Amino acid sequence: MDHTPPPFFKRGPAPLVRLFFFASLSLALLVIDARFRYVDGLRSWLALAAYPLQRAATFPIDVAMSIGGYFSTQANLIEENERLRAQALANMQDAQRYHALLADTEELRRVLGAVDKLDVQATPAEVLYLSRDPYAHRVFIDRGSVQGIRPGSPVTDDTGVVGQVTRVHPLLSEVTLLANPDQAIPVQVVRNGLRAVAFGGGSSGMIELRYMPANAEVQNGDRLVTSGIDGTYPAGLAVGTVVRVERDEERSFARVICKPAAGIDRGRYVLVLSSDTARLPRPEETQVKEKRGEKARRATKAKEKASDDSH
Amino acid sequence: MIPTSSQILMPVRMSTIIASFALALFLDFLPWRDLRLVPDFVALVLCFWCVRQPRLVGLGVGWSLGLLSDAGNGVLLGQHALAYSVLAFLSVWLSRRILWFGPVLQSLHIALILLVTQAAVLLVRLASGDQFPGWPVIVGPLGGAVLWPLVTWLLLLPQRRPANEQAI
Repeated sequence: MDHTPPPFFKRGPAPLVRLFFFASLSLALLVIDARFRYVDGLRSWLALAAYPLQRAATFPIDVAMSIGGYFSTQANLIEENERLRAQALANMQDAQRYHALLADTEELRRVLGAVDKLDVQATPAEVLYLSRDPYAHRVFIDRGSVQGIRPGSPVTDDTGVVGQVTRVHPLLSEVTLLANPDQAIPVQVVRNGLRAVAFGGGSSGMIELRYMPANAEVQNGDRLVTSGIDGTYPAGLAVGTVVRVERDEERSFARVICKPAAGIDRGRYVLVLSSDTARLPRPEETQVKEKRGEKARRATKAKEKASDDSH
Repeated sequence: MIPTSSQILMPVRMSTIIASFALALFLDFLPWRDLRLVPDFVALVLCFWCVRQPRLVGLGVGWSLGLLSDAGNGVLLGQHALAYSVLAFLSVWLSRRILWFGPVLQSLHIALILLVTQAAVLLVRLASGDQFPGWPVIVGPLGGAVLWPLVTWLLLLPQRRPANEQAI
């Protein structure tokens, strides 16, 4: 005997079966996305679908700001005008000095026969919104692959480095902020040229120098700039200021906490820098091997010598 | 006033459902200051339609909305998809029971469902190596449950008949 219900009562698979199906699909996606990043194409399409809504969601803020701007008082405007004029004056002096120094540097580099520094192009962009995930430390900007943004480009605002472009969609891109614990940036202390790597401090919004020897010469108030040795960040961009140095007797490393220079959660306008430094040719594989071989040979020679000496 | 449960409602239009989801996504994408304290509007609306129209809106819709939400927020693809699937399952499963109660007791059920959803997202995030974002995360789901009677009233508006027609 067949006990299945007549077809007009059929409602597809049971809810539990569906839950099992969709849950396993989600888990598979999670693993694929976290481990292999195979689904970035799918993500781009979905982001494109969500784009109109996201754009619409920033609209009320724009309206509120423009209304606020409309009603700003004359006193405010005069004050702002004066401040901007003073800043422009200071900038002009800096710019003049910069051109003189640039000429000097070029002269010196030519004398030394060093490689020419490559120009950095900047694309202005507007921050659309923060990620909904409160601990993701990501923002979205309104420029994407259509405007020529490339993944890995550094992002700055008027005061310093904000972060790095980590994902590029057609019309918008994701910027991972310096405060993200997975984000690292090579820095240099301006005062003495000491190099280090700064990591994001997570929820505190600070950044942290890790693996600094306990006797490293770092003080409160030291300014940090990018060192430029990674080929991603151009050298000399402001990163932050040291606010606390913890030297613990028990640990061999000092803990250095820095305050980011850029208004990571304040600014609305940022610059995406694209430099060609990342495209500098890497050393040839054979060269590296030869060097390694040479090193190994030297090491064995040294060992032989040491053994000879001991005899 | 006639209680909602005993009113005869007009059949739901597909456009109402789609518009409500679009509005919920829009509210989610607004630049909130602290997102832990803001209810997840997509979850709330999804919960509503799963409870009211379990044959139209179910796990498939929930999963797709979750993917859209993940991609829009730039988080690990699949965490909201998983959470919304669980939410849709619980809502469809409990829909008859939930509709039996009044607004306050309904809200309690919704609070539980939203908390389970939040827990699913949190678990995925902890498993992928993030820190625990602190206890304020439970404020969002509880706020959503408080909003439930309002959401019910708003989303049932297009289905209500005019009062004179009701009297016949």
